[in-house]
Amino acid sequence: MNERTIDVKNLDYRELNRTIREAVAGGVRSITLNNVLGQRFIADGITAKDLSITVNGVPGGDLGAFMDGPSIRVNGNADHAPGNTMTSGTIIIDGDAGDCVGHSMRGGTIMVRGNVGYRVGIHMKQYREQYPKIVIGGYARSFLGEYMAGGIILILGLDATEAIVQDYVGTGIHGGTIYIAGELEDHQLGVAAVRKDFTEDDLQVVTGLITQFNAQFGTDVDPAAITFTKIQPMSARPFSGLYTTER
Amino acid sequence: MSVANYIPNKYDVVVDPSRCRMCGRCEENCSYGVFRKEQDRIVTFPSNCVVCHRCISFCPADAITIRERTATYRHHPHWDEESREDIYNQANTGRVILGGMGNARSYPPIFDRLLLDACQITNPSIDPLREPMETRVYLGKKPATVEITGSGRDVELKTSLSPNLKLETPIMVAHMSYGAVSLAAQKSFAMAAQRLGTYMGTGEGGTHPDLLAYKDNIIVQVASGRFGVSPDYLANSAAIEIKAGQGAKPGIGGHLPGEKVDAEVSRTRMIPVGSDAISPAPHHDIYSIEDLAQLVRALKEATDWKKPVFVKIAAVHNAAAIAAGIARADADGVVIDGFKGGTGAAPKVLRDHVGIPIEAAIASVDAKLRNQGIRNEVSIIASGGFRNSADLTKAIALGADAVYIGTAALIALGCRVCGKCYMGMCPWGIATQTPRLVSRLDPIEGAQKVANLITAWTHELQELMGAAGINSIESLRGNRDRLRGYLLDENILEVLDVKTVGA
Amino acid sequence: MLNKDGRRVNGSMIKNGLSRMNERGNGQGAGYAAYGIYPEFAEDYALHVFLDNMKEAKFSVEKEIERWGYIVHAEEIPVDDRKVEVSHIPYRYFFKPDPEKLLGRKIDEKDAILKMVMDINASRSGALVFSSGKNMGIFKASAWPEEVGNFYMVNKYKGYLWLGHNRYPTNTPGWWGGAHPFGLLDWSVVHNGEITSYGTNMRYVESFGYSCTMLTDTEVVTYLFDLLVRKHRLSTEMAGHALAPRFWDDIDRMAPNERDVHTALRLAYASASMNGPFAIVVGNTGGFVALTDRIKLRPLVMGYRGKTAFVSSEEAAIRAMEPNLDRVYHPPAGTPVVERLEGRA
Repeated sequence: MNERTIDVKNLDYRELNRTIREAVAGGVRSITLNNVLGQRFIADGITAKDLSITVNGVPGGDLGAFMDGPSIRVNGNADHAPGNTMTSGTIIIDGDAGDCVGHSMRGGTIMVRGNVGYRVGIHMKQYREQYPKIVIGGYARSFLGEYMAGGIILILGLDATEAIVQDYVGTGIHGGTIYIAGELEDHQLGVAAVRKDFTEDDLQVVTGLITQFNAQFGTDVDPAAITFTKIQPMSARPFSGLYTTER
Repeated sequence: MSVANYIPNKYDVVVDPSRCRMCGRCEENCSYGVFRKEQDRIVTFPSNCVVCHRCISFCPADAITIRERTATYRHHPHWDEESREDIYNQANTGRVILGGMGNARSYPPIFDRLLLDACQITNPSIDPLREPMETRVYLGKKPATVEITGSGRDVELKTSLSPNLKLETPIMVAHMSYGAVSLAAQKSFAMAAQRLGTYMGTGEGGTHPDLLAYKDNIIVQVASGRFGVSPDYLANSAAIEIKAGQGAKPGIGGHLPGEKVDAEVSRTRMIPVGSDAISPAPHHDIYSIEDLAQLVRALKEATDWKKPVFVKIAAVHNAAAIAAGIARADADGVVIDGFKGGTGAAPKVLRDHVGIPIEAAIASVDAKLRNQGIRNEVSIIASGGFRNSADLTKAIALGADAVYIGTAALIALGCRVCGKCYMGMCPWGIATQTPRLVSRLDPIEGAQKVANLITAWTHELQELMGAAGINSIESLRGNRDRLRGYLLDENILEVLDVKTVGA
Repeated sequence: MLNKDGRRVNGSMIKNGLSRMNERGNGQGAGYAAYGIYPEFAEDYALHVFLDNMKEAKFSVEKEIERWGYIVHAEEIPVDDRKVEVSHIPYRYFFKPDPEKLLGRKIDEKDAILKMVMDINASRSGALVFSSGKNMGIFKASAWPEEVGNFYMVNKYKGYLWLGHNRYPTNTPGWWGGAHPFGLLDWSVVHNGEITSYGTNMRYVESFGYSCTMLTDTEVVTYLFDLLVRKHRLSTEMAGHALAPRFWDDIDRMAPNERDVHTALRLAYASASMNGPFAIVVGNTGGFVALTDRIKLRPLVMGYRGKTAFVSSEEAAIRAMEPNLDRVYHPPAGTPVVERLEGRA
C-alpha cells in the first residue's frame, strides 16, 4: 500500500512528477522509479518528510530541486545541479554527478559515491538549524564551495584518477567549512579561503559524516587514517575593502 | 598693457576673517604669491591665482574660498569671451598663446556617447572577484601562426617569439620627461609601475640615475631632441619608444626652457645647465617611412634586437595609414596619442585645433591593420585624456591593446589641472624643479596614489569585463559588438564600426 | 558519436539520443551531420544547398559552381515533408573542381571551394550552401530534432560519424540556415552556448578572407577551425588550446617547454580565443574534437563503448543511444578531447 514501483521509461518529467505527487497524496511513502533516463526535476519541490525515492537509471538535471524533506537514492549517475536550492532531505548518488551539485542548498545532505564537476556546493548557506552537508567520495573540479556561506563540504578523494580538488577552492567563501582528505597547494585556494587547524572537534564532525557515507555505500573509509585539510573563510566580508563611496 | 585691452581677473580669492587663524600656511604654500600675511589679516592678489587649490588644501581653518569671477561681457554667441580675451592678449603682445594640459575646447568626447554591454541570461556574467579575470597583456610583435611539435605535455615550440612586454594590467603611465615633471613625480610613477607589473615612460629627458632601480619597468623615449640618449640609456629599459608626435601638439616639437634645466636635469639630459632643450618638429633623420624603419632597426641593432620598439604618433587625419606604415617598419607597437592628450606647454591653437579624437583613431588604425593582415605585427597603445576606467575599457573594445595615462596619473599625485605646468612653479611639486616645491611630493606616497588609481581602474575594468561575460582581455580587445553608439551620427558609427543603441 | 573503426550506422540512433534533450531546444532548429554517407561520390564535394526556388536561385548557384569546376550529379535531397513546414528546397550537387579553372587563379582547391561557398552565400541570390565537404553531409531545418530527422530520413544514411543538434535560437531567428550543425568543407560544428568574444573572433577570421554572413557564433567557430587546422596546420588539440587558452596562472606554473607553447598560442591567437559559455563539438573526416569554455559554463560528457565514442550535453542522451557504456567521463573545462578514426593522426 505505501510502496510503489513505477517504470518511467518514456515518461516525461511532468507526468513523472505528477505520478509522484499523486502517490504521495495517496499515502505512498516509498517509491521506486525504474528505467529513469534523463528526466529532469525529479521530486522537485516535494515536501513529504518521510518519503523515500529510489531512482534506478540516469536522472536529468535539478534532481530534488527545491525539495524539503524526502530521501532520494540514485543508483546511477546524476546530471547537473542535484539538490538545487533544496531546503532539507537527503540525496544519495551511487555514481558520479555533474556541475553545481547542491547549488544554493540551504539544508539536508547530499552524498555522491563517485566524482563531481565544477562549482559543487556553490553558495550553500546555513541559517539557524538549517545546516547543509555535502560529501563527495571521489574528486571535485574547480570552484568547489564558491561563495560558500555555510554548511560543510567533505571531499574524500577515493580512487581519484586526478587531483582530489582543482583550483579556486572556496573562492569567495564567507561561511562554512570545506574538508579535503589530503593536501592542496597554495595556488589552489580561492580568494578569501584560508587553511585552518584541523581539531578534535573537526575529526568528530568528519567521522560522523564518513560513518554515514560508509553505511550508504558499503565502503570502509577510516577517518583516522586520513590527513584532512580544513578550509574556512578569511572573514565573513572578504571584499569589504574593495569599495569607496561616491563623493 | 594698455588699459584698453585690460583682461579682468578670473578668480576671487577670499579669506574669511572670522575663520582665519593667521597661521600663514596659505602664503607659505602658494608659489604664485596670491597671499601676503600682514599684521592682522591676509591680503590676497587674485590676479596671480591659478586655482591650484594648494592654499585650500592646507588651510587648517577652511577659511579660503576661490570663486570664478565673471566680469560680464556683452553676450555675443560668436565673439565669446575667450575669443575677445585672446585678441586683447595677442594685440598686447604680438605673441603665440601658450597653454598647458590638453585640448581645452568643448569637443564632445566620443567615449561619452558609447555604451558598454552586459550579459543577461543568454550567457552568464562572470564574477571578477571570485573567478579568474585576466587582464594580462603582451605588447609587441606576435607571430601570425605558431609551429608546435608533439602533443600533451611533451610539446615543443618551433616558432621563435619576438620580445614582448608583459603587463599585468593594460594601464601604463605615459611619457612625461624629467624636466617637464620633477624627479619625485617620475619616481612615483616608476615605483607604482614596478609594484603593479606595468610600465612608465621616461619622456625624452633621459633616465635619472635614481630610476635605474626600476629599469625593467621603464620605457625609454627617443624623441627628436635625442636628450639623454646613449647606449646605457637604451640598455637600461624594458622597451624603447620613438616619439614622432604628441596629441596635444601634433606636428611641432618641444621646448624645455633653460630656466628649468638645473644641474640634475642637465646631467640627465646631457646638456649644459641653463641651456634651452629644443626638440625639433620632425626627427631630422626621419623624412619618410623608410627612414623610420632605419631608426627602428638602428635602435634594435644597438640593443641586439632584444627590446620592443614602439613608435608614437599624434592621432592625425591619416593615422591609420601611418600606423600601417609603422607596422611594416619593424616596429613592435604603435602609440596613438589623441587630440585630448596632455602637455606641459603647447601653442594653444595647435592644442585646440589639430588632430582627431582617440576613439576614431583607435578604430581606424585597428581596422586598417586587420584589413592588411598585419594586426599581429604591432600592438596598439592608445593615449590622450583617459579620464576613468570606462574610457579605457571602451578604448580596448575599439581595438587598443593597452593605454597610457598621463594627466590622470598627475591628478593622482595632486595635480589640479590648473594648466600652468610651463611656469615651473607647480605648488604640488609635480611640474617644477624648484627643490622647495619638489620636496612637497613624497615619492613613496605618490607611488601609492598612482598604484591605487591603477588598481582601482583595473578592478573596474574587471567588473565591466565580468558583466560582459568576458574573462580575458583578449576577448574584449576590438570587440566592438559589445559597444553601442548613443546619439552618434552614422558616419562616426561607421568609422567606429559600432552599431547604434537599440540595434 | 564516432565509430572509430569506421563502421557505418544509420541516423536513427542519434535521432533518439537527441530527442532526450528536447528541453534544451524550442523546436526552431535542429540538424545532423553525417560522415561516410556518400561512398559512391566519395571524391566529389557534396554541396548541400537551400534553394528558395528552382529557377533564378538554382540557376545562379549552378553558374557560380561552374566557374570553378563541373557538376557530377545534382538532385533534390529526398525529404518526407509531412511534418515540417518547408521554407527552402534542400538540394545537393556533387561537384568536381576543374584544375584548369583553378590554375589561372593560383588558388588551392579547398580555398577555391571556400571562396565559392562564401561568394554564393554572400550574394544573397536565394541560395545558401550549408554543407560542402566530401563524403559527408549536413541535414538541418527549423523543427524538433526527430522531425528534422524524419524529414531528411536520416535512417537511410549510413555514417561512421554523426553529429546532432537541437537549438534554442537567441541571436538569430529560427531559420533553416541558422540551425546547427554549421559546415564548411569537411568541418561541421555544433555548439551550445553563446560566445561573448564574437566581435573579436569575427573580425579576426574576416581578416583572413572569411565572410561572416550568418551572424552566428557557430559560423565563426567553423571558420576558426578551418583557419587554425587546415591553413595554419595546428593539430586539432593545439587549435583547441588556442581557442580555449589555458589561464596565465596555469601557464606560469608549467614546465618551460609547455609554457613556451601555451604562451605562444595565446600571443598568436589572442583574437581567435573564445570567451563566454560554450560546449562545442567539431567534426571532420578524421573524427571529432569536443571542447568547453575555460570555466565550464556549459556541460559536456563523454561516453565510450567498445570502438564507439559518444559526446553530449547529457549522459542520458548517450545512454539513449547506448545503454551499456564502458566509461562515462566529464572532460575538464577548456581541455580539448580529440577522438580519431583509427589510423588517422
